Amino acid sequence: MSDEPRWVDRLISYVLRGGVTISVIVVLAGLIITFAHHREYFRSRPALGALTNPGASYPSTIGAVIEGAREGRGQAIVSLGLLLLIATPVARVAVSIAVFVIERDRLYVVITAVVLALLLLSFVLGASG
Amino acid sequence: MTPLLFVLTVALVSLLAGFLGSLLGLGGGMIVVPALTLLLHIDIRLAIGASIISVIATSSGAAAAYVRDGLANLRVAMFLEIGTTLGAITGAYLAGIVHQRFLYILFGLVLGYSAMAMLRRRRVAEEREIGPLTMRLKLGASYVDEKSGQAIAYQPAHASIGLFLMYIAGSVSGLLGIGSGALKVPAMDLAMGLPIKVSTATSNFMIGVTAAASAGLYFTRGQIDPFIAAPVAAGVLAGAFLGSRILGRVTSRSLRVTFVIVLVVVSLQMLLKGVRG
Repeated sequence: MSDEPRWVDRLISYVLRGGVTISVIVVLAGLIITFAHHREYFRSRPALGALTNPGASYPSTIGAVIEGAREGRGQAIVSLGLLLLIATPVARVAVSIAVFVIERDRLYVVITAVVLALLLLSFVLGASG
Repeated sequence: MTPLLFVLTVALVSLLAGFLGSLLGLGGGMIVVPALTLLLHIDIRLAIGASIISVIATSSGAAAAYVRDGLANLRVAMFLEIGTTLGAITGAYLAGIVHQRFLYILFGLVLGYSAMAMLRRRRVAEEREIGPLTMRLKLGASYVDEKSGQAIAYQPAHASIGLFLMYIAGSVSGLLGIGSGALKVPAMDLAMGLPIKVSTATSNFMIGVTAAASAGLYFTRGQIDPFIAAPVAAGVLAGAFLGSRILGRVTSRSLRVTFVIVLVVVSLQMLLKGVRG
């Protein structure tokens, strides 16, 4: 039997909950800012089509999201929160590597490193394609 | 519908989807995508993009609770995530090439088969041969059954079959923007012989990583619309939180039966959509 010690479970639980909490706060803040800047969103119908069609304009690169968020644009702040959410499982995998290193479990250091490499690869592939 | 009402409607639908998804290990995606496209007439590509985000939210939110309770098996998850992430990248790429109709039909068939296989097994605790690979991976562990308060030890088998099935599950996830817990749970439960509660918890745990592997591609393709994905993520999270509170109190048997019914309904829905186009 190789049950994980409790502190590992707790650490990973904190990483997941922390990442999700932070990203939700950022997403909700972005939504509030969006509606505060666009009072017409409380009434008008045409605005919706422009926001929810494939052609809708919102940042789709990490650089554009950060730039937009710095300028205080609501949609970019929402996207920043969504990126943080995507990064949460990646952070969990990174923490798992550290845990297996501490436990001197070489096989699982390798296994976890492969998973992290694949995750980072997908982001690189997305950015280049 | 004004943008404000739209956001609130999407959030409510997502809340229900997240609740069901976390309860069944399905992930919210299976319910959110049909709801967004059929009820709210959102472009399917944007629905899938928002769904991927909701899948990450569900998994991470509920997994935090499962891990704390010692239900999720971290080693099984890490090992099998090699398969799911490879599959997710493959699936996200294939999404642009393969016809969606074919995928709906294939998915419906796989789901239907999984449901039937789960009904057939029920109480058979057959002996499984533990191969050298599986032994080397040290996957065995134990969990505390909440009902009896006893620690239940288990030793998974067939790690390589599990890994292959996870590659398939990851591909489906990347293609359709769902967590594909419906494929992950049977792969662990039926093929590897893990207890159903451990399978469900570990599946939830892996789904976030699987979805993150394809989310990068969807994001840079411009298929994650903040106006849709934000209420979906927030709603699903709230629902998943409620679901994770209840799962520990459902007996494994009733969980299994509910699971089978949901699988059958969803598989028929998938088939119909594929046939009608």
